[in-house]
Amino acid sequence: MAEQIALEVTRFSPERDKVPSIQAFDVPLRKEWVVLDALNYVKDRVDGSLSFRWSCRMGVCGSCGMMVNGEPKLTCATFLTDYAPGPVRVEPLKNFPVMRDLIVEITDFLEKLSKVKPWIIRAKEKPLSEGEYLQTPDELDTYRQFSMCINCLLCYAACPVYGLDPLFAGPAALALAQRYNMDSRDEGKSERLDILSQHDGIWGCTFVGECTEVCPKHVDPAGAIQQYKLTATQEWIRSLLMPWGGKR
Amino acid sequence: MLDISSHDVLIVGGGGAGLRAAIAVAETNPNLNIAVLSKVYPMRSHTVSAEGGAAGVIGPDDTLDEHAYDTISGGDWLPDQDAVEFFVKEAPEELLRMEHWGCPWNREPNGRVAVRPFGGMKKERTWFAADKTGFHMLHTLFQTSLKYNAVTRYDEFYATKLLADDGQVQGVVAIELSSGKIQAISARAVILTTGGCGRVFPFTTNAAIKTGDGMSLAYRAGAPLKDMEFVQYHPTGLPFTGILITEAARAEGGYMLNKDGYRYLQDYNLGKPQPQPVLRTMELGPRDRLSQAFVKEFEKGRTLKGPYGDVVHLDLRHLGEKKITTKLPFVRELCLKYENLDPVKELIPVRPVVHYMMGGVHTDTNGATPLKGLYAAGEVACVSINGANRLGSNSLTECLVFGARCGRAAADFASTQRAPGRHLLAQAVDEETRLQDQFLRKAGGRERISEIREEMQRTMEQSAGIYRSRDSLEQAAAKLSELQERFRDIGLDDRGHAFNTELVAALELGSMVDVAESIIQCALHRTESRGAHQRTDFPTRDDQKFLAHSVVTRTAEGTPAVNYLPVKITRWPPAERVYGK
Amino acid sequence: MDQISIDAVGRKEMTTYTEYPPKGYRVRISTYWWLGRWAYLKFILRELSSVLVAWFVIETLLQVNALIGGPGAYQDFQGFLRNPVVIALNIISFFFILFHAITWFNLAPKAMAIRLGGKRVPAILIALPNYAAWLVASVIVAWLVLRG
Repeated sequence: MAEQIALEVTRFSPERDKVPSIQAFDVPLRKEWVVLDALNYVKDRVDGSLSFRWSCRMGVCGSCGMMVNGEPKLTCATFLTDYAPGPVRVEPLKNFPVMRDLIVEITDFLEKLSKVKPWIIRAKEKPLSEGEYLQTPDELDTYRQFSMCINCLLCYAACPVYGLDPLFAGPAALALAQRYNMDSRDEGKSERLDILSQHDGIWGCTFVGECTEVCPKHVDPAGAIQQYKLTATQEWIRSLLMPWGGKR
Repeated sequence: MLDISSHDVLIVGGGGAGLRAAIAVAETNPNLNIAVLSKVYPMRSHTVSAEGGAAGVIGPDDTLDEHAYDTISGGDWLPDQDAVEFFVKEAPEELLRMEHWGCPWNREPNGRVAVRPFGGMKKERTWFAADKTGFHMLHTLFQTSLKYNAVTRYDEFYATKLLADDGQVQGVVAIELSSGKIQAISARAVILTTGGCGRVFPFTTNAAIKTGDGMSLAYRAGAPLKDMEFVQYHPTGLPFTGILITEAARAEGGYMLNKDGYRYLQDYNLGKPQPQPVLRTMELGPRDRLSQAFVKEFEKGRTLKGPYGDVVHLDLRHLGEKKITTKLPFVRELCLKYENLDPVKELIPVRPVVHYMMGGVHTDTNGATPLKGLYAAGEVACVSINGANRLGSNSLTECLVFGARCGRAAADFASTQRAPGRHLLAQAVDEETRLQDQFLRKAGGRERISEIREEMQRTMEQSAGIYRSRDSLEQAAAKLSELQERFRDIGLDDRGHAFNTELVAALELGSMVDVAESIIQCALHRTESRGAHQRTDFPTRDDQKFLAHSVVTRTAEGTPAVNYLPVKITRWPPAERVYGK
Repeated sequence: MDQISIDAVGRKEMTTYTEYPPKGYRVRISTYWWLGRWAYLKFILRELSSVLVAWFVIETLLQVNALIGGPGAYQDFQGFLRNPVVIALNIISFFFILFHAITWFNLAPKAMAIRLGGKRVPAILIALPNYAAWLVASVIVAWLVLRG
């Protein structure tokens, strides 16, 4: 197929440039090609200095999140033909500092992830000799959706609160906290409550809902956060009415 | 200013094995300072792509001996039986530990962990988390590892060389990708958990990052690589992308059909076709036999010509929509998203794709390599428990069992060692100079990375693929020598420092070329057919000469030297590998 | 920019990486970010609707105050309501309040993950009772107002 499509990509090298700029390339337009294939074509055959992250190219590692025509997308799961006749504009993920070309700095997310204590918290661990914690398929279902997060950070790119206030914990971190809160094996609800019910925790969220719209794994972080707001409020009322009752 | 930072245990590679090792070190000795270094963020590691499950004996009618026997016979009697015995014994405990750490294993209605049948396993013992077991395991391990303050992570650092002093490995030189800064990281023990090297081949399920870096690091430092010729093909990968369609699709009852709609596996000693899947027969036979059947069908002209090569069909239509959406949701999603077809209604085109390296850095049952201070676990290592052919769902468990054993051994070793000195910094300075001279500041350079890489991949598939012969391997060896020469003439477009992914691609290509050479040499010397290594000129198994592991070491001249190490037999004398009974 | 520095063992070495602002380039968010996507605009309008809800509450309080003040005060109030600016404001408020109620009812189920028999109750079954209650309340109020 002699068909081509124009690919416009952000270029930025902190050693050379003060601000990012756009560079255009012509790439083949093939039915099976995703945007990532076009980027790799440029890197392999045209300009080896184009830098971007990718790994699994099957939507499970979360590396290849970028803005495609202004929308946060996994470039391994976005067909070029959807943008024909083009041009296709590929930019680094919004709301994160740009390190180089299409690569953004994500350490902020990792710090926030650690802060919400995304692990099983228990007062007393069951010894291995006693076997597994029993968990029915229904109990698994209550948190399964939130456990599907691949940390691709498209939700952070879509969240205007995070864009305006980088201190906000953000959709994925809060959804993962809720994943553990809802896990029947976990007993850390109250420990996480203190961290999450701060100004930049769940209460920073104004329920714009775009995070859920762009999530490629249907995690529904907006739902997770609103559910947690309800829980947190119930806990607060309980603590007001029964201050001696202790945390549940 | 070149920096040297120091830790007690340094783990290179942040996937399933690496994170499990880090936790094991932290729990064995809470006073040790641990570093996990990876060229990608840990949750991007290739463990995340694994779908099917992790094997561990749990059923009341299942025994450790049966798991061991299935593993040993599936490996065509090449696995070291003492290692397998440790493996099957510790497997259920490791998987249970994962459950305690929050891994969302699928459950029976009564709340107990569920298991599913899997190819090559005679009893049901594969634990699974929907069809995204590797994803859930990796995220559970990563999130649990965040608990341990003793672990420092070096995210997006690429290790280019092992630091060694007097024959003892004492750290690495690494590039901090964000800035291009070279850093020396010293440690009393170094664990390699960098995964395999599927990217040496053109069609592979492996992610872009699987370039054999750890194998090459060890090989260049003088550690031997073992059983490199055993490359596992997965019989059902999507054409063009190589994306894996999990074995579970066959375990749930899928059929494999040639261009005539015929279940062709019945022609290859794999039993008779039944409407329901029967363990160890037909579509649930071992992967190497299924991949070989594909090549034979291809030679008979009974495969279909697709736009990216020959394919056969995987038929899931008779399973029905409900079963597909509950047990195989990811399979359906992959087909819809990447090949634009719905397995509920259509046939899936598949072909064998490289999936796993049975071979790797030679270690003992505790993950220790012959080089003092160097350990390895996971796909990068060869203990060997997989022998000539790995059974599905053993590798995720392998990451856990040997990651843990390795972590414990490295922790104990590190506690007995003095901290390495600052004199290692000199090696880091030399390495920085080498990178400048060979890549960043070199004038000229006419070769493109992608061209050399693609030629290498094509050569490997044609000459060292599913079927090999002396001729094809000698041609491959010659071609690879040529590519090694041409590699010296590589020119980079990117001469900058900040996040220079082209430099990383060049270094990865260097690793792949080393590893490819070792694969070819091991394949050339093994004049028999066993498991995944099939020689058309030596089609039978030869236990007299080759009940042994190939061990390849780099000589002082830089050439590979192949020797043999006998297989450890404990309780199961070699027998015929039979399927279809 | 290259630097020469002395390393730990006193040799001069050429460090060849460049110092540059760490932690990347931050793209400035425009003040008009909310015009960039239809979803953002809808969100801002939804939030603004609460201002008009507040207006309506104040208006109702003024009405109550006028009722207490007697027929004269009430007549003044009705005159106030006939002011074209107030009419326009009330019409706009009416649509915004509708928008406010509908978006609220549609979003409320998201916060309530109610499970019956192991399956999550579909969102519409949680939203529907709200709409039903709204309808019933509207019918009652309409009847009270119109029968006189």
